[in-house]
Amino acid sequence: MSNSVEVSGSLRNRLVLTLIGGAAVLAMLLFFAVRSYAVQVAQQGQDSILEASVASMLDAATIRDGAVELDLPYSAFSMLSTSADDRVFYAIYQDGTFLSGYEDLAYSEGQPFETQLMRGSDVRTVSASRTMIGADLRTDIQIVLAQTQDALSETLDQISRNVALFGIGFFALAAALSFWATSATIGQLDKLTISVTRRGPQDLSPFAKPVPQEMAPLVKSLNSLMGRLDQSLSQSEDFIAEAAHRVRTPLATVRSYAEATLQRVDKEENREAMRSMVKAIDESSRAAGQLLDHAMTTFRADHLERDDIDLVELVAELVQRLTPIVDMKDLTLTQNGDGQVPYAGDPILIQSAVRNLIDNSMKYSPVESAITITVAADPAPRITVCDQGPGFPSNEIETLTARFQRGANAATTIGSGLGLTIAQDVALAHGGALHLTNQPEGGACVTLSFSH
Amino acid sequence: MRYTLVLALISLSAAAGAQEWEDRQLFNEGGGDSALRIISSTDTNLFAPLIETFVTRNPDVAVEYLVTGTADIDRRFRASPGDFDIAISSAMDLQLKLANDGFALPLEDIEHPAWAEWRKSLFAFTSEPAAIVVNREAFDGHPIPQSRQELIEALRARPEIFHDRIGTYDVRRSGLGYLFATQDARASETFWRLMEVMGALDARLYSSSSQMIEDLSNGTIIVAYNVLGSYAEPRAARDDVLEIVLPSDFPTTMMRTALVSQETTQAGAAEAFIQFLVSYQWEDDGEARTLPPLSEEDAIERATIGLEPALLAFLDTLKRDKFLTEWENALIQD
Repeated sequence: MSNSVEVSGSLRNRLVLTLIGGAAVLAMLLFFAVRSYAVQVAQQGQDSILEASVASMLDAATIRDGAVELDLPYSAFSMLSTSADDRVFYAIYQDGTFLSGYEDLAYSEGQPFETQLMRGSDVRTVSASRTMIGADLRTDIQIVLAQTQDALSETLDQISRNVALFGIGFFALAAALSFWATSATIGQLDKLTISVTRRGPQDLSPFAKPVPQEMAPLVKSLNSLMGRLDQSLSQSEDFIAEAAHRVRTPLATVRSYAEATLQRVDKEENREAMRSMVKAIDESSRAAGQLLDHAMTTFRADHLERDDIDLVELVAELVQRLTPIVDMKDLTLTQNGDGQVPYAGDPILIQSAVRNLIDNSMKYSPVESAITITVAADPAPRITVCDQGPGFPSNEIETLTARFQRGANAATTIGSGLGLTIAQDVALAHGGALHLTNQPEGGACVTLSFSH
Repeated sequence: MRYTLVLALISLSAAAGAQEWEDRQLFNEGGGDSALRIISSTDTNLFAPLIETFVTRNPDVAVEYLVTGTADIDRRFRASPGDFDIAISSAMDLQLKLANDGFALPLEDIEHPAWAEWRKSLFAFTSEPAAIVVNREAFDGHPIPQSRQELIEALRARPEIFHDRIGTYDVRRSGLGYLFATQDARASETFWRLMEVMGALDARLYSSSSQMIEDLSNGTIIVAYNVLGSYAEPRAARDDVLEIVLPSDFPTTMMRTALVSQETTQAGAAEAFIQFLVSYQWEDDGEARTLPPLSEEDAIERATIGLEPALLAFLDTLKRDKFLTEWENALIQD
């Protein structure tokens, strides 16, 4: 199975880019909107002062002795003082004829307010007129007033600077927020990934921790997938156990018939055939036993119950039980090591693992050889089973342990190594490991170590 | 500093000889390729020490100092702004209008309080109140008037004493006189009553403060209204019959201003001069000066005429004509 996943794009980058891009666009919009609003307001401010000023000028016009007099009010110019000392120009016309002021300032009939260039500066002009009616006189006074826009641009520059700073601040805050929001969102995925990764190889239970609403369908699918997987695994294990159980009883019957028949058969070649048959039946029943052991191991490992036990005592009991069988095969079984090795574990599982290891050794031991079981407490509680057989093939010793995984290769290792698989599962369930070594003087050693 | 002062009498052979000046002096002659031309309304004797100090500090700058009346400065400067590097005048309104009309060069580097400069192109450097100067002998046994109202009463009480013996500016000819008169008229109606009283007494009209003070000293007149206190002080110090009265009702205070011509060919030297002028005249340094320093206290406490566009109002032709008509009606009673 390949571990690499095809990757297309990144959610995190996409989120961050979208959020930051959005913030940048918003900040720009904010800047331009506020600035244009400020321009409008500032211009309105200047316009209304100009308007008031020109109105007070027009107001000062009077008709005396049939002639127009215009006594410009001091205040009309006073109110035009600005912080930037803006220049002021004006022109007074009567029916289009220039009266006083700046002759190069033309009166505009159409628009009251205009921005134009005068004497090298941008000026804002206001044009206004008033109709004067005297005894036998009707005349129009037109005034155009202009002011440079230095104070206005100073104000606008200041506003622009402030708004720009505000926009940058807004953008920075939004960017920080988008990073935070993105990692908080992606963090939920990371959390799920970690909890999937951290699961033990046998753990197919559903995820119980609460997840965000958006991830619920994913976790639901995952849980349902694992439920189906778990069900199908346990079904197949149940099936194997059921099959092994059902095969063992008829096998025992067949064996007893074969033994009985062997007593009655005299012809040597027939006896040989019967012996082979008994041997094959034994092999089959051993395999069935291992399958049962394996199914039991899997079940108990999933629901491990720890009891306080003494490993030495546990092994001694097993040795005592197996001695008759070992004797039958002309082998010796000896136990040595520490006097007492207390450990908290599942005694049935550990016994099953050790029995399978002894079983394996018996299978490979030559006649009249010894099988040694050593129980030690340091550095970790361990049980080592050594024989004087041919040992493991040196080119496979590294990969052998790795092969014993639940499920996939259980079927292919029935004959040669289901015992090692059982021992491995027991070791892993107790947080330990299984080590395979060859002795220098010949023979294989298998060490079952446990963690505290 | 004698060696720097060269009294240059107007040479008739000079090309500029066609123009007439009240006074014309060259300082530090030969100090530069061409002299910094300053057109000014301030009498040379008051301004010379300042220029001498400047040329001592800047030996490579020569200064030509040309004196004429305030109205004449405005006329000549507008006619040929390229002929002058700096214009100095006591007529704040005319100077402001020159700056407003674009004749002044902005000097961004000069640090000056906002109330004493306009557009970084017009710089005030003195605070000078308009004063009433009286001859004490004429008031022997009578209180010396301390305000315009008291002056009116004093003049009315003894018309025979004051007839033909009071003087004031001819506002038609003097820019400063016009500025003082318009500001007085703006402040109070008392001004017009005073003008009427003075008109009834056949007041003499002058185009400069120095002439008025001259006539006060020689006894031609015994009261002068709206004289520059700064001009009167040296004379009053010598001649103890003269007394300077700053009207207690509202003292009108003027600031002398300087600007650099937009068309100057010596912008560097001109700016250096303005920089020197404003720092020399700043009130905080303890140097003895011939011109009163710029005083922030005066600007706040006394009615100092502000450098603002409102000064343009009285320069409007229609308004000026109207004002002069009223003034003539009050003062010139044939």
